[in-house]
Amino acid sequence: MNPDGNPIWTLIWTFGLMSLFAVGGANAAIPEMHRIAVDVRHWMTDKQFADIFAISQLTPGPNVLIVTLIGYAVAGVAGALAATLAMCVPTAALAYYVSGLLGRSGHSRWPSIIQAALVPLSIGLMAASGLILAQTTDRSVVAIVMTVATAMLAFATRLNPFWMLLAGGLLGFAGVI
Amino acid sequence: MPLDSPPAAVPEPDLSTSVIRSPPGLLELFLAFAKMSLAGFGGVLYWARRGIVDQHHWMTADEFNETYALCHFLPGPNIVNLSMVFGSRIRGIAGGVAAFAGLLAPPTAIITILAALYARYGEIDALRRILAGVSCAAVGLLIATVLRMMTPLIKRRDVIGLVLLVAVLVAIGLARLPLQTVLLVAIPISLAVTVYMRRRISA
Repeated sequence: MNPDGNPIWTLIWTFGLMSLFAVGGANAAIPEMHRIAVDVRHWMTDKQFADIFAISQLTPGPNVLIVTLIGYAVAGVAGALAATLAMCVPTAALAYYVSGLLGRSGHSRWPSIIQAALVPLSIGLMAASGLILAQTTDRSVVAIVMTVATAMLAFATRLNPFWMLLAGGLLGFAGVI
Repeated sequence: MPLDSPPAAVPEPDLSTSVIRSPPGLLELFLAFAKMSLAGFGGVLYWARRGIVDQHHWMTADEFNETYALCHFLPGPNIVNLSMVFGSRIRGIAGGVAAFAGLLAPPTAIITILAALYARYGEIDALRRILAGVSCAAVGLLIATVLRMMTPLIKRRDVIGLVLLVAVLVAIGLARLPLQTVLLVAIPISLAVTVYMRRRISA
């Protein structure tokens, strides 16, 4: 499972580094998580990755907690904690430091320029997440219809996403998807 | 971590000197973020704004936007950054840690239990079918978020932004290139374009 030593260190190193490159937040980092967990390290299969994405969406809390599930799959509870902290602590520390530097007012215009420059990139990353996950998940016509219908409904209404996840679960349980 | 070390109950100025908005204590910060976090299906931002601005009046809407903008521009999970920045602005580093722990500890505990259940029962057919259905919906939700975020770019006909967007989508989603490589190329290009466009507009 882990060609180079202690899996906990591999998790800490992997996610600690990833967190500092995760522009646009957790959903934008999913392709990289997928690449590392499935293609590079072979921690899990494509299907398992789609499963844990579903579980992470079903759980309340920040979307970033998908790394907790990856960590658990690699090294149990210790792995779950290590992955979560590695993904969250470095950037929180950086945020604390930068927030202190900028102070309350934030006079510099660079944050706004950098932010504007990052917007299209982070949307592109999230779109890539959707594409990669859809390739695993949407293997039947009904599945594709379900995904498209959810996307439309969530885009056009303010319905709580939980109900759409529930509907997906029920349809899946009934064997429709 | 935060599970076995809940933030020590700190002497709070309990005589609620409710002038405008009395700054919350550490325990209060921890609990408030735990509540927002546990309410948040498919993202916590909505609940964070509601809790911080509307319910507790700990920040004005503008202060919240400004703080969130900072957290969005920094790498990493935005809402995690927000908990740290917000908490530390209120109560120093201890406040930041309290908010951070409140945001992460309860859902991490829940999801770890779910992970254990999945590891044990993940191959059961009924569960496989349920998860397959949930995945379809979850991918749909993600696509909806992408569409919502793209709308402003389309409305203001930001062709360069859309080209960059598609380029990243192809590089990561189809070519499956490593994130670092793509960003090391894409960020400088996007920065240069943004600076150039702003100069041209203001000129």
